[in-house]
Amino acid sequence: MTDDVDALARQVVEGSPRATARALTWVESGGPRAEALAARLYRHTGRAHVVGITGAPGSGKSTLARALARVARGRGRTVGILAVDPSSPFSGGAILGDRIRMNDLALDPGVFIRSMATRGALGGLCRAAADAIDVLDAAGRSLILVETVGVGQDEVDVMRVAHTVVVVSVPGLGDDVQALKAGILEIADLHVVNKADREGADRTIAELRAMLTLMPLVEETWMPPVLGVSAAREEGIEAMADALEGHLAYMKTSGEADRRRRRMVAARVLRIAQDLVAATLLRPDALEAQGSEATTLLDRVLRREVTPHAYARALLTRMGERTPDV
Amino acid sequence: MIAKVGLDGHDRGAKVVARSLRDAGMDVVYTGLHRTPEEVVAAAVQEDVDVLGVSLLSGAHLTLIPRVVELMREAHAGDMLLVVGGVIPDEDVPVLTAMGAADVILQDTPPEAVARRVRELVAARQPR
Repeated sequence: MTDDVDALARQVVEGSPRATARALTWVESGGPRAEALAARLYRHTGRAHVVGITGAPGSGKSTLARALARVARGRGRTVGILAVDPSSPFSGGAILGDRIRMNDLALDPGVFIRSMATRGALGGLCRAAADAIDVLDAAGRSLILVETVGVGQDEVDVMRVAHTVVVVSVPGLGDDVQALKAGILEIADLHVVNKADREGADRTIAELRAMLTLMPLVEETWMPPVLGVSAAREEGIEAMADALEGHLAYMKTSGEADRRRRRMVAARVLRIAQDLVAATLLRPDALEAQGSEATTLLDRVLRREVTPHAYARALLTRMGERTPDV
Repeated sequence: MIAKVGLDGHDRGAKVVARSLRDAGMDVVYTGLHRTPEEVVAAAVQEDVDVLGVSLLSGAHLTLIPRVVELMREAHAGDMLLVVGGVIPDEDVPVLTAMGAADVILQDTPPEAVARRVRELVAARQPR
């Protein structure tokens, strides 16, 4: 396996589209092979500007990603796009249709688009999102656009993987009280009101700006701009690209970039740890697999001699004792 | 991936197939109408699909499929399975398989049978 992993990692770093695609398949499938590959690629990451694009279903995230990719290409950037669509809660299957809005980018070798399904992840992204971003980063994509599923108000995983978060709104989806609520509007570094050629766009822009003035004003913090654009007509996209570059420059000069990267890495480590605990403990036979002592303990819980909480805590403590040093 | 190539403007069948594969638990990338062979193969490579399903109702399969096969070869996408579906005369089926199609699925095939054949094709291939 090691030879395969080394070869694939090398081809990804060289920028091969085919290898990049296969590497994304590996990290999406997970398991030891994915972890070995991610380990080889990790030191080649950290160069890309990762921009998250989130918003309601139908707000135009894919069309916006396409328009932004075209502008970024004009500015000499190479672009990777990770487009996430929902899996069916019934069959587990998914229709991945974000590419339909981006077909004309397919022939530009400077743009690499990959679709992924949520596969049960609830935060607006897929489980492999951070690893997939690493693959695109290691492959030399200087701008990575991460398009979430259409979200409601509470799916904020994108803030844990993106350096800059764009929240896409459209006219006519609610009044200023909706804008006051917590959730995705809070995580925006840049507000984009798409379909700004439609009626009501000015009001939506005004309401978002009014909401932002209610936030406590701290000296030298970033004030998220509110931009009206039409992704389909490719209007306002240059200004949007400027705002994204402006945010990145602010992050670097203010030291926010380091703080945010640190938060993102911490969140990622904890998420992986959670998944590892879940993978170890949540197997149906997890307790039986621990041998006769565990079975005896289970019997004691059944007899009301030990509480389920105490047993669960004991399991975690024992798991901690088995954790190897890094 | 389910792809519509060329001028053929009907995608109800492609959508029904995409939906039935989704209901069989698969991730299905749908390209939309009027794609060129170049766009479809580039997209299939980026998505690293197991099966590229090209739907054709226009009668242009003997022109377009050789181009798709050629582009797949150029892209070193040898382990990707090409499946052709749609309105295909019976006598063209062996021609398409000789060109390199792993299977040809005709228009009267029930959706469940499409999912079954896709699963069998992938199971028979080397794991990647």
